[in-house]
Amino acid sequence: MASVETRNLTKVFRRGQPGAVNGVSLVTREGEFMVFLGPSGSGKTTLLRMIAGLEEPTSGEVLIGDRVVTGLAPRERRIAMVFQSYALYPHLSVYRNIAFPLRAQGMPRESRRAKVEWATGLLAIGHLLERKPRELSGGERQRVALARAIVREPSVFLLDEPLSNLDAKLRTSAREELIHFHRRVQTTTIYVTHDQVEAMAMGDRVVVLDRGSVRQVGTPREVYDDPADTFVAGFLGSPPMNIVDADEVFVGFRPEHFLPEALVPEPRVRLPFLIDTIEYLGSERVLLGHLGAPRFGRKRAVSRLSSTLPEEFSPGTEALFAVAESRLKFFDRRTERRCAARSVAWE
Amino acid sequence: MGMKAQRALAGALLAPAVLYILALVGLPLALAFVYSLGDVRVGSTGYRFVGLENFRSVLSSPTFRAAVGHSVIFTASVQAIVLVGGNALALALRRRFRGRGAVRFLILMPWVAPISLGAIGWKWILDSIYSVINWLLVRVHLVNRFDPPMWLGDPTLAMLSVIVVHSWRLLPFATVILLAGLTSIPPDILEAAAVDGAGFWRTHFEITLPMMRPIINVAVLFGVIFTFTDMTVVYVLTRGGPYDSTQVLPSLAFFTGVLGSDLAAGAAISVFLVPILAIVAWRMLRVAARAEVV
Repeated sequence: MASVETRNLTKVFRRGQPGAVNGVSLVTREGEFMVFLGPSGSGKTTLLRMIAGLEEPTSGEVLIGDRVVTGLAPRERRIAMVFQSYALYPHLSVYRNIAFPLRAQGMPRESRRAKVEWATGLLAIGHLLERKPRELSGGERQRVALARAIVREPSVFLLDEPLSNLDAKLRTSAREELIHFHRRVQTTTIYVTHDQVEAMAMGDRVVVLDRGSVRQVGTPREVYDDPADTFVAGFLGSPPMNIVDADEVFVGFRPEHFLPEALVPEPRVRLPFLIDTIEYLGSERVLLGHLGAPRFGRKRAVSRLSSTLPEEFSPGTEALFAVAESRLKFFDRRTERRCAARSVAWE
Repeated sequence: MGMKAQRALAGALLAPAVLYILALVGLPLALAFVYSLGDVRVGSTGYRFVGLENFRSVLSSPTFRAAVGHSVIFTASVQAIVLVGGNALALALRRRFRGRGAVRFLILMPWVAPISLGAIGWKWILDSIYSVINWLLVRVHLVNRFDPPMWLGDPTLAMLSVIVVHSWRLLPFATVILLAGLTSIPPDILEAAAVDGAGFWRTHFEITLPMMRPIINVAVLFGVIFTFTDMTVVYVLTRGGPYDSTQVLPSLAFFTGVLGSDLAAGAAISVFLVPILAIVAWRMLRVAARAEVV
């Protein structure tokens, strides 16, 4: 087991153009499940590929287990990677796919067999050993790729969107399996995804990336409840945080905290809400509309109400909503980063 | 359009290709079979059926037996050289580097240039007096100035020369085919092999080559046909000599049938090519069919 560290890691693909990854410094804890989360083009996969040794950094260093591995070939890094496409060897049987890293190590046949049995037992794919990858379902392929990754007990796992090729239902169960699996093997894992639900559900900590830079590192709760800047606030949560312009600062509040006035404890700020549409999603209702007060210039806002609340609303009406003052997040106008709370006098 | 009209149109559109094949491939082939069973000579007008007489005399001729051996050696050696060389070139050309386009173009040159021109160039390069290779070898004191190798005059060296020149000619074609096969391998798979700890040779022999197998089969089968039926290089460089030591089946058929006026014997010799080519063609169709499934 080992931790992974990057020091000021930068990747510029074309000189003169903005870098794909800009000076990223991160440290994982040993055995941690760390998630790189960001929209496409945020540099999360490039960052992972530099850690794997598949991409050479323009500058900066990668350390695995306190050893500088920058410039070393992937095979000298004691890592295992699961690719988005799984990258199974199509001409080899499942058994030979999983045994391939062991053969490359020069492990004798008997120990190989034992290892493959251990890995396939862990992932419950012992019955697939003779099949070729094209005869497997998406979920089975993902397990085979995972088995190939764990079979030589690497010090670090790198997973590049391993669930994005599965259908929604399978993804939920595969997510759960991955978490159980990580608990059992306790190997430091870096997991790349653009899916915030995956990131929140699986990560010990989440690294939010945007345009090649780290915006925030924190537990799922921290990045959700205490976003470091307006990007994180607007990226996490669906629907994302409402952000309004309040003169010298931006003020944000989550849709689930933007509720009918009667439900919000004092001290609170009251905001007239013009409801345009209502999405009934079963367990909750999403109300989309505008803020009524003229000072917000008909700023769009969203409210999320549990379906168990008795209040009824209809589109096209105005209602008095409010947010508890403790739920307001303040962002500096210029840097867009979080700043100290202050009182607002909107009424 | 009605069913009938459609069928008529299909027939009309196919007709030129069918006519072309019948006139330029079917008819000569049929004639070769007819001639090989008769006593036709250049200039004669009659035709007398002689059964398998031509085949008997051809088979008993030492020149023919030697030519069969030469054809096999020629074809097998050229395929081996072209496969290894084409693979190496394809691997080199897959990498991005400055001027890759120019290098690709240069490598294709032997293929697009008329073979007679190229072969005449080689004839000078291998000439007994003006050979630039010998000039170079003399300069670096590897060979004696008064007894340089006779590239086209010594039986072994002549065979070697013919093999090298034909390989030079087929190499671009094989490279292009193999490069296509190489680039069709998803980069993920090679990266997975790198992460899994495989080095260059293991990746090449256990991942790359097996994944390229269908396309390698195509390259080999085309190469066999282009080599086994070809006489251009032999004709220009050695005319089958010295002492028939580079005589292959197509050149022997040409020299016997056309230049030696014994059309029947020439036809009998070329008919010997048919079963071998039929087997290759059948394999080729099977490989093509299998490649579609994968």
